[in-house]
Amino acid sequence: MLEFAVKGSKRYYGWMIFLLGLVGVGFLVYLRQLDVGLGITGMNRDVSWGFYIANFTFLVGVAAGGVMVVLPYYLHDYKAYGKVTILGEFLAIAAVVMCITFILVDLGQPMRVLNVLLYPTPNSVLFWDTIVLNGYLLLNLIIGWNVLEAERNGVHYQGWLKPLIYLSIPWAISIHTVTAYLYCGLPGRGFWLTAILAPRFLSSAFASGPALLILLCLIIRRVSNFDPGWKQIQSLAVTVAYAICVNVFFFLCEVFVAFYSQIPEHMDHIKYLFVGLHGHGAYVPWMWAAMALMVLGIILLVNPVTRKTEGTLIVGCLAVFFGCWIDKGLGMISGGFVPNPLHEVNEYIPTLLEGLITIGVYGLGFFVLTVLYKIAIGVKEEVRA
Amino acid sequence: MDIRRRRVLQLLGLSAAALTVKPVYDALAADPAAGRPRVGPGREQLKAKQWAMVIDTRRFASEADVEPLIEACHRIHNVPHFELKRWEIKWIWATEYKHAFSGTSSDRFLADAVEKRPFLVLCNQCENPPCVRACPTKATFKREDGIVMMDFHRCIGCRFCMAACPFGARSFNYTDPRPYLKHTNKLFPTRMKGVVEKCSFCAERLAEGKRPACVEAAGGKIAFGDLYDPASEAHQWVRKNYTLRRKVNLGTEPAVYYIV
Ligand code: SF4
Ligand code: SF4
Ligand code: SF4
Repeated sequence: MLEFAVKGSKRYYGWMIFLLGLVGVGFLVYLRQLDVGLGITGMNRDVSWGFYIANFTFLVGVAAGGVMVVLPYYLHDYKAYGKVTILGEFLAIAAVVMCITFILVDLGQPMRVLNVLLYPTPNSVLFWDTIVLNGYLLLNLIIGWNVLEAERNGVHYQGWLKPLIYLSIPWAISIHTVTAYLYCGLPGRGFWLTAILAPRFLSSAFASGPALLILLCLIIRRVSNFDPGWKQIQSLAVTVAYAICVNVFFFLCEVFVAFYSQIPEHMDHIKYLFVGLHGHGAYVPWMWAAMALMVLGIILLVNPVTRKTEGTLIVGCLAVFFGCWIDKGLGMISGGFVPNPLHEVNEYIPTLLEGLITIGVYGLGFFVLTVLYKIAIGVKEEVRA
Repeated sequence: MDIRRRRVLQLLGLSAAALTVKPVYDALAADPAAGRPRVGPGREQLKAKQWAMVIDTRRFASEADVEPLIEACHRIHNVPHFELKRWEIKWIWATEYKHAFSGTSSDRFLADAVEKRPFLVLCNQCENPPCVRACPTKATFKREDGIVMMDFHRCIGCRFCMAACPFGARSFNYTDPRPYLKHTNKLFPTRMKGVVEKCSFCAERLAEGKRPACVEAAGGKIAFGDLYDPASEAHQWVRKNYTLRRKVNLGTEPAVYYIV
């Protein structure tokens, strides 16, 4: 099936070359990071995780979000999703590839990464995260590829895939749960030390993942002869609408607990993010923008009229996607580290160089995604013809 | 009393075992290995169940009292100095009461003396260390004597331990530290970029029968010893004085005590 990825229009090649350009720039900057060290980033002694880990966290959500099409199709026999499950699975693959790359670029000694497997440490959540992420990648590769191949050959997929498909559903939940456990099990980090962190991560995942999938479906309709289907897009939009409502609800629960209990350790991080603390407030406009975007997303997607109009649907999905990205990608990580354990405020501002590496990783992810989608669409077009 | 009795019993048991094992061991370990230099703790190694430090903060009045201790530690451990705050590395430093005890102990209407006093903070060598729990490679591990050690050669630089430490005791090498050392102590390893480091209670000095450098430089203002040994100075100080520890509510059981 790989031949589909090699043959393409000028526009396709142009897009791929553009993405490779981003990867190239990111790679060159990464070589500099390898040489100098992580000191080229804005991270410091207090905020020791930054943009890389934040984007990693966000993308684990996108990967887990793919399950929102897989689950209804395989578990509830929701036939309509038959057309889009492969898109969900391939999106998950591209997202996990980005996650793993982000982890690698974040390591101080990337050459030693195998130490995680050479000295397996079950009490470390990072050990489990390595396992569930790689497992999820493998599951989706096997399932996606084989199901697509079966479709191409006009046969039902092999029987042994069924248990793997069922396994992939709880596995999707597990990747984001374990990722939340990276944070919420740490004593002394009041912002993360909350049982609702994993549910909150999942709800934002089920909003941002399908939102991105809708946007991708709409693009596919434009640029190819394969139509994922308006009905499917609408069902996905309903998922996004409720997931984003739940996400905002969970956040408000968090705010209530912190501000009604008035426990400083829990309040101060939220204060820092939304109103600033001790005169520092680099994230204040961003966080309010995130809130505004999420509310806009709720208004546009819950309301049936705007949800069913393509223009407003696009705006709604973009709002949800970027709202979640700011909330989880920017605020969640820096917010947890400020103020620091000694209650001092040292802000983290990402540098241009780490931004370029980040863009390079996204370039890589979208390259993988385009290749996979090109193959999937090629098969779909062929089967239809 | 009870602890002491148990330890005596343990020791008796151990020596009994050793007596029986010795001949067998000798037979097995015969020749090839004989005469080869052995790596391991030397005879002068100081031993403990849990090393602990008790800092008598009443006797530290100003920066001038703490500076020499910090300097002693950072000099012998090859801790670099960076102009760029972001890259800062520190194993021990002084801060105000309200920062040292943030969140756990009242910092309002403090006694004047306490408010102005410098409080030394360092890795607490926690008895229940969250950093050890978090480390995915066992590069951070707890030794039998309670010291939470770092293996600089195994650390992958994921910084999970830094997020896990609720005391901000850990530093990361954001760049190669060697060019930033004014002088290098050849007897202690320098670090490479990309690994985490922190105070190790001077494990390398304990192995030679010496007390930690900061304790020595403190000239009697800091007690050091086995927390569980009633004969140790550290034990006696905590018994005789009212002490505080940082963030006890988190359950990490810090082994650095403060007399206030
Ligand atoms: S103070 Fe921090 S680094 Fe030291 S043992 Fe405790 S948790 Fe670990
Ligand atoms: S940075 Fe090193 S010591 Fe810390 S958790 Fe990672 S591997 Fe362990
Ligand atoms: S015990 Fe040793 S390593 Fe720790 S602060 Fe004191 S001198 Fe430094």
